[in-house]
Amino acid sequence: METFKKLKMYYWPYKHYFIWSIGFLIIVTAITVVYPMILQITIDEVVVNGQYNWIPPLALGFIGIMVIKGIASFIYQYTGDLFGITSVYKLRNALYEKLQFLPFRYYDNAKTGDLMSRLTADVEGFRFFLSVGFSELIRFVLLIGISFAVMFYYSMSLTIVTLITLPFLAVVTFKFDKAVHPAFRNIRKSFGRLNTKVQENISGINTVKSLSREDFEINKFNDTNGDYKDKYLQTSYIWAKYFPLMEFLGNISVVFLLSYGGYLVISGELMPGELVAFYSLLWYIMWPIMNLGFVVNLFSQAKASGERLLEILDAENEIVNGPAPISKERLNGDVEFRNVTLRYTENAKEALSKISFTACQGKMIGLIGSTGSGKTSITQLMTRFYEPETGEILIDGIHINEYDLSSLRSSIGFVLQESFLFSSSIKANISYGKPDAAMEEIIDAAKRAQAHDFIMELPDGYETMLGERGMGLSGGQKQRIAIARAICADPSILILDDATSAVDMETEYQIQKALKEVMKGRTTFIIAHRISSLKHADEILVLENGRIVERGIHDRLLSQNGPYQRIYDIQYQDLEKISKSHIS
Amino acid sequence: MEKHKDEKMLSRFKYSADEVIEKPFNWKQMLRLFSYMKPYRKGLLPLSILMVLLNTSVKLIIPILIGVYTLDIALENKDGQLLAILVSVIAALYILSYVANYFRIKWMNILGQSVIYDLRKHLFTHVQTLSHRFFDQRSAGSILVRIMNDINSLQELFTNGVINLLMDMILLVGIFIILFTLSPSLTLAIMVILPIMFFISTSLRRKIRRSWQVVRLKQSKLNSHLNESIQGIRITQAFTQERENMIYFDGVNTENYESWRIASQKNAMFRPLVELTNALGSAVLIWFGAYLIQGNEISIGVFVSFAFYLGMFWEPISRLGMVYNQLLMGMASSERIFEFLDEKPNVAENKNAVQLNDIRGNIEFENVKFAYDDRRPALKGINLEMRAGQTVALVGHTGSGKTTIANLISRFYDPTEGIVRIDGHDLKEVTLSSLRKQISIVLQDTFIFSGTIKENIRFGRPDATDEEVMNAAKAVGADSFIGNLPKGYETEVEERGSILSVGERQLLSFARALLADPRILILDEATASIDTETEMKIQEALRTLLNGRTAIIIAHRLSTIREADHIFVLDHGTIMEQGNHHQLMDQEGEYYSLVKAQYSMLNAV
Repeated sequence: METFKKLKMYYWPYKHYFIWSIGFLIIVTAITVVYPMILQITIDEVVVNGQYNWIPPLALGFIGIMVIKGIASFIYQYTGDLFGITSVYKLRNALYEKLQFLPFRYYDNAKTGDLMSRLTADVEGFRFFLSVGFSELIRFVLLIGISFAVMFYYSMSLTIVTLITLPFLAVVTFKFDKAVHPAFRNIRKSFGRLNTKVQENISGINTVKSLSREDFEINKFNDTNGDYKDKYLQTSYIWAKYFPLMEFLGNISVVFLLSYGGYLVISGELMPGELVAFYSLLWYIMWPIMNLGFVVNLFSQAKASGERLLEILDAENEIVNGPAPISKERLNGDVEFRNVTLRYTENAKEALSKISFTACQGKMIGLIGSTGSGKTSITQLMTRFYEPETGEILIDGIHINEYDLSSLRSSIGFVLQESFLFSSSIKANISYGKPDAAMEEIIDAAKRAQAHDFIMELPDGYETMLGERGMGLSGGQKQRIAIARAICADPSILILDDATSAVDMETEYQIQKALKEVMKGRTTFIIAHRISSLKHADEILVLENGRIVERGIHDRLLSQNGPYQRIYDIQYQDLEKISKSHIS
Repeated sequence: MEKHKDEKMLSRFKYSADEVIEKPFNWKQMLRLFSYMKPYRKGLLPLSILMVLLNTSVKLIIPILIGVYTLDIALENKDGQLLAILVSVIAALYILSYVANYFRIKWMNILGQSVIYDLRKHLFTHVQTLSHRFFDQRSAGSILVRIMNDINSLQELFTNGVINLLMDMILLVGIFIILFTLSPSLTLAIMVILPIMFFISTSLRRKIRRSWQVVRLKQSKLNSHLNESIQGIRITQAFTQERENMIYFDGVNTENYESWRIASQKNAMFRPLVELTNALGSAVLIWFGAYLIQGNEISIGVFVSFAFYLGMFWEPISRLGMVYNQLLMGMASSERIFEFLDEKPNVAENKNAVQLNDIRGNIEFENVKFAYDDRRPALKGINLEMRAGQTVALVGHTGSGKTTIANLISRFYDPTEGIVRIDGHDLKEVTLSSLRKQISIVLQDTFIFSGTIKENIRFGRPDATDEEVMNAAKAVGADSFIGNLPKGYETEVEERGSILSVGERQLLSFARALLADPRILILDEATASIDTETEMKIQEALRTLLNGRTAIIIAHRLSTIREADHIFVLDHGTIMEQGNHHQLMDQEGEYYSLVKAQYSMLNAV
């Protein structure tokens, strides 16, 4: 119940739909029980007692009542659906908003697949419960209650004899539900495994084919495919075991009804019409009981779904604006780190340890070091994607926590390691950070990123669609669009995180030349493996295990006999030799 | 202005959307689909049908027993003994139905699942034989959907649909015959509802189905965006586009809501209409039936039986409508499945292809031309020779044809013109598996299958012993990092997992390749995304790996290239220069300027 209370704000504003739905449900259920009664009256009063003049009003009245029932059940179902879909509309928007603003730390630990299943299956489960679950519960009570009342009214003893199987039915239903849910879970799990297997096979098909392992893969597939079949069959055996049994128990009731009811009719204690009415009413009790498990399960699943959704909605967003955020049109770009230490999780080792440096407006800072040394972490602190454990970061002399978050971030342009592009046109991707950019600005940004030429060679130029139904671009092409995207946003601080790793040397050279002009007036941070990419930095920070182990300009670092020189030697020793013999 | 911006935001992302289309029914395709039931035509199929028949018969007989015999004869004549007999017969029939039901559910499921199993196996096995071109043209996701979802959507059809179809036909005909024997005139009177029922079950249902299809499309758009927005969240936050994206999402969400609302509205009409039709039938029964009873033309029992059968009418008609729905969806799915099954491998095995026995590793291209599609020629007449045991480097810009050459050597594609030979054998004349078993490729993005480290290395040669696996890992220097993992060789890894760094993945793929012990080894940009210090470590491993085989190296980095025995410099699908490093440097041609570019970058910027 706690879960539903917490989620109340998403569905309770629409309670009017719910109330209407329940109101009409009561009408529908009441009328449902009328049908057997009319049958009884027809047989007992009209036929047995010969009141044939009752027929026209009876038939017309019946139709009239059914029309009312039709209208009522339409309203009941439609408003019930509206209750669900309206609430879920609101819930989805809330979830989306939450997800937009959750910090990087949250996404570091979240799996896309898991989030997606919450956003799809759990939202759907919740909707289904709102639309169907609530009212199904009410319907259950109503239908059984009214049917019981009518049966008791006809004959107390016959009711008891007939429904003697009911406890057994309830037990079987209960056992069935207990058995079938784990079985369904097994099917889902097995299907998930099969899915993973096939997905891996297709994604890794180059590896499979190049090692000629198709038969091996087919065998492994056959195992998982067979497992899925087995799991499915296990479930259907549970069905086969219980379902006919449930129906049989209901049928036994019919047998009892006929035996004892027949006896009562023969001995004149019961009208034949009442016997017939009993036959129908019986099923109005049996069916809901067989369905009870389904309804209860609906409830517990909705609860579980609700909890999973609340986990997202309640996730803490520790990175928010301060009390009086400063909004600046444009930052200058003076960056200062003072003794900054960062841990990604509480018990993890320090990702950055006492980092201090200053980068003045317009300067270029190079960051080099092996994977995991902390280069990316430094840049992501500036935008407050993460918060340092200790130390402070200042931009233009003001602590970054005092800035309005979005004004801070829009002043910093990022080219991230993974050049993620959206399912949209190239144009829209480049102008992603500045959606109202003019076409000239977009083209200019593309030109500077050395992307214009290849874009123009594409069939639709800047209108070419990327993403799931779009063109497949090479890694280098994607990187260049990502660079154009950052340039187009016209930031005061530009961060290039291994942004040219996938482009060939000559293109990188061209990009570097073009970037030189872009960097004018902007503070630039370049993370790279290749010395050539950051050789001209105003300061190069060499990182190892979260510490700055060397700093300075290229020429000075080359004479220090430290890690920088070691990297240089590996990369350029040959070249030195070559240049001596051929170029100079 | 603000409003204009909002409108722009509403269309900022584009996702593929299938159209809602309805095609004419394809009988040929249905026959082909049903041919998958053929293996079961002597066992499960007839058995299931028998059970269905038993079950249906019981369903048909009971109302007469209750109505005509119990009510009319036993109760009317106050014959307690007959009542007892009738009750026993009914009880016996119920037991029969219980047993039949048990086997019906069991056998129908076995039948259905076996067909699904066979079909999926057939499709998967077929896809494995298809060539690179097939995979180039499709996203992994779209192939996955075929093998998983499209086949699953046939599940219902094969487990319940086909047999229910039969059951319902029998039921309908049976009811009709029984009613007609009981009272022809009352039957005809009640039949007025039949056309209405058919109308609801087909036409209204079609409308409802279409509106649900729209819902599915909207939902898949919504989900596509959700998925993308999660994957691209870092970009969104870096560019502060959260608010703008919320406008877009609200648009998609509203569309989704609207489509649901419309579908719900149509859907909510369905049941009331059905019940009304039934009520109409009941009214006719009450009115005309009572009139007939009055005229002594029928008995109360017949009247009651009619009431029962009337109640039974809707179920089969409704289910027929459902099966029809399933059939339509099944047809759509099977069309997509058959499209894949009809796909022929581009690189087909020659009928008299011979086994390629242990090769030495001489590779020869004779005037080879190749194009991935009609528009872009990738190779324009390549002649080259690589000698057994040599290390050969392919150098050139992106798109110059380096990878294409490698692909042709493994025969992932066939040349458009010309011949590729290994040890003098035209590749078209040898079996694919005997060829590829002797060639290994190490790609830039090493694919890690989910499983243990050991299993991943063993992928190179499934019958390798644990010791061989470890030796291979040691030889490429991977054992030190594997030793540091929590469970060593038994550590579970997965494709998107973060346990392994890029360099470590690369070492794994080297171990994999070494274990496969190929005669020809192709390294396609294998070291591009590795930091310099890791690369140093890998260089060692590389030397071990290259030793004693023909190796083809595709790389940007000079340090990797210059040690090659022979270098081919490619540009736009032609060989510009060849020779070893020193020869090429002396030529001062294309290679020289590439080297120079790398050098000048150091100074120029």
